[in-house]
Amino acid sequence: MEKNNLKFEQLETASKKKKIIYRWILFLILGIFALYYITPLYVMIVTSLKSMEEIRTGNLFYLPKSINFDSWLEAWRGQLVNTTSGLKVDAGNVYLKNYFWNSVKMVVPAVAISTILGALNGYALTKWRFKYDNIIFLLFLFGTFIPYQAILLPMARTLGVLGLSNSITGLVVVHVIYGLCFTTLFCRNYYVSISDEIVRAARIDGAGFFKIFFKIMLPISLPILVVTVIWQFTQIWNDFLFGATFSFGEAAPIQVALNNMVLTSTSVKRYNVDMAAAIIAGIPTLIVYVLAGKYFIRGLTAGSVKG
Amino acid sequence: MATLKINDINKNFGKTEVLKGINLNISDGDFLVLLGPSGCGKSTLLNTIAGLETANSGDILIDDYRVNDMEPSDRDIALVFQSYALYPAMTVRKNVTFGLEQRKTSKEKIEEALVNVSNLLKIDSLLERKPSQLSGGQRQRVAMGRALVRDPKIFLFDEPLSNLDAKLRVEMRREIKKLHQKLKTTIVYVTHDQTEAMSLGTSIAIMNHGIIQQCDSPKVIYDKPQNVFVADFIGSPSMNLIKGRIIEENNNLFFECDSSKSKTNIPLKNYKFVQNKNLKDKSVYFGIRPEHVYLNQNSDQSFEIKLKSELNEYIGHEQIITFNFNDQEILGKFSSSIDIPGNQEINLHFDLAQISLFDQKTEERI
Repeated sequence: MEKNNLKFEQLETASKKKKIIYRWILFLILGIFALYYITPLYVMIVTSLKSMEEIRTGNLFYLPKSINFDSWLEAWRGQLVNTTSGLKVDAGNVYLKNYFWNSVKMVVPAVAISTILGALNGYALTKWRFKYDNIIFLLFLFGTFIPYQAILLPMARTLGVLGLSNSITGLVVVHVIYGLCFTTLFCRNYYVSISDEIVRAARIDGAGFFKIFFKIMLPISLPILVVTVIWQFTQIWNDFLFGATFSFGEAAPIQVALNNMVLTSTSVKRYNVDMAAAIIAGIPTLIVYVLAGKYFIRGLTAGSVKG
Repeated sequence: MATLKINDINKNFGKTEVLKGINLNISDGDFLVLLGPSGCGKSTLLNTIAGLETANSGDILIDDYRVNDMEPSDRDIALVFQSYALYPAMTVRKNVTFGLEQRKTSKEKIEEALVNVSNLLKIDSLLERKPSQLSGGQRQRVAMGRALVRDPKIFLFDEPLSNLDAKLRVEMRREIKKLHQKLKTTIVYVTHDQTEAMSLGTSIAIMNHGIIQQCDSPKVIYDKPQNVFVADFIGSPSMNLIKGRIIEENNNLFFECDSSKSKTNIPLKNYKFVQNKNLKDKSVYFGIRPEHVYLNQNSDQSFEIKLKSELNEYIGHEQIITFNFNDQEILGKFSSSIDIPGNQEINLHFDLAQISLFDQKTEERI
């Protein structure tokens, strides 16, 4: 008995030790990955806060001597130069302000329309049987496999015919059409899990197609709507190809402007302004993730309170 | 308050025939239970009555008015679903009144109906809650409230109790029965649970493979099953069906069990045959329910027989004993207070007033 106890104690200490070692290995690996992901962001932020002088002389990883948002301002509203009529924005410079609003004007309607249409499609495909509904769903599925590049030419032609080339409206149309397959797929897969009997009950209660959608389906769709919005917002805000192809000059979205700003500088590369501009271009996506992510989790847990 | 007539309904999904010529006649205030194994078409029939499915041929008449081409909401029916199908985003109050609001009923009338129904179903304290905050039994009540509040001509129930636990199911079953006695509305009720069917229905329609096998009062269905399927489906454990044939001796008919060994002939002189022709030498099933096998003589039509007990299944309030009857199994159901020894010849009494005979070929009652 005594001997047995001793053996168990030895085993216990051994397994405790093992547990601690594994824990440390785990944290080490996680730490390396976290560092790997956070480093570029760190470099971007510190560089954007430094002056060009500091960037030239100092190390990439050094913290700035003093915090100064000049380069952020410059990226947002352009470089101020002395003219005869006081300080003015340099006419030849690309800056983000106008293009940022271009992107907002493009993203908001495009995300809203594609999400609501996707939800409507998903609802119709799952809750109402009609002829060839499976084939239509397959076509939507197929649509998600079409690469961006494949639709450039036909879309350019279509926009030309519609008279929407080089306009924000045109980009909204492009993004709605391209995103529809994805939003439909997301919503369809969500609505499949919702009991058909709810729709049948509503039909017996006397509600029609749209009434059932808006009064009964939409209020319980928050989790999937958030997923769809996050997806669509990220895709559309970060899109460069469609923006660069279907718009130029004043009508371009922010990602195109960012590219122009970084690539077309005539003089020295101004890393601090470039970094600040890149961060500005990325902030809205971050905000959507932070805000919607919270609702996403809330939406997921709301239905789980079971009696 | 309405009658419901179903004339020769056929329904197929693609090539699968789900309903094959269904005829039913339900009078005002009837409680008809559609009973059958899963996949027999009973839910499809109910959905066809509700208008959620369209029949390929045949007519549905509510109060003698053909409703085939009417929308579900215009048929003045209400359906209680198996999953309750409450609207998750609405409160109980909204759930119950949604149908009335769609019908543009006045606010005062809606409120009055809501108060009546919530008092009747004892859900008045739950009105502001969401379905996710209710227990299974409460959801069931709300689902019924949603149906009741509209005061429809016909209630349709689609396995409404199958998601409840056993205790609650018995409770709700009693409440549905009470409700029917009180409101006297015509009800069509789908279930696969025979106890539910027997206890609730004023008549039961037993379905299999899209055909109504028998439609009659619970008592007739239990005592005089129309065919082997009904005999086997109703009752637990189901009716013993012993293979054999009818023979004639001294102008009296007997049942002779298939056996290589000793011949046991059971007299059939008191059995009421459906028709009396060609009975001699017919291959038949001799059907007797386990509960009609007795240890003592308790009927003037008792038939005494000695059988060997082989297996004893004790289930609390009763015990089920398997006997060997000329190498065919026969079950008997007895009170668990009686001590029955295993592997012994035991004197048993078959109550011949309770037997059924079926033709082996057609499987119909003879």
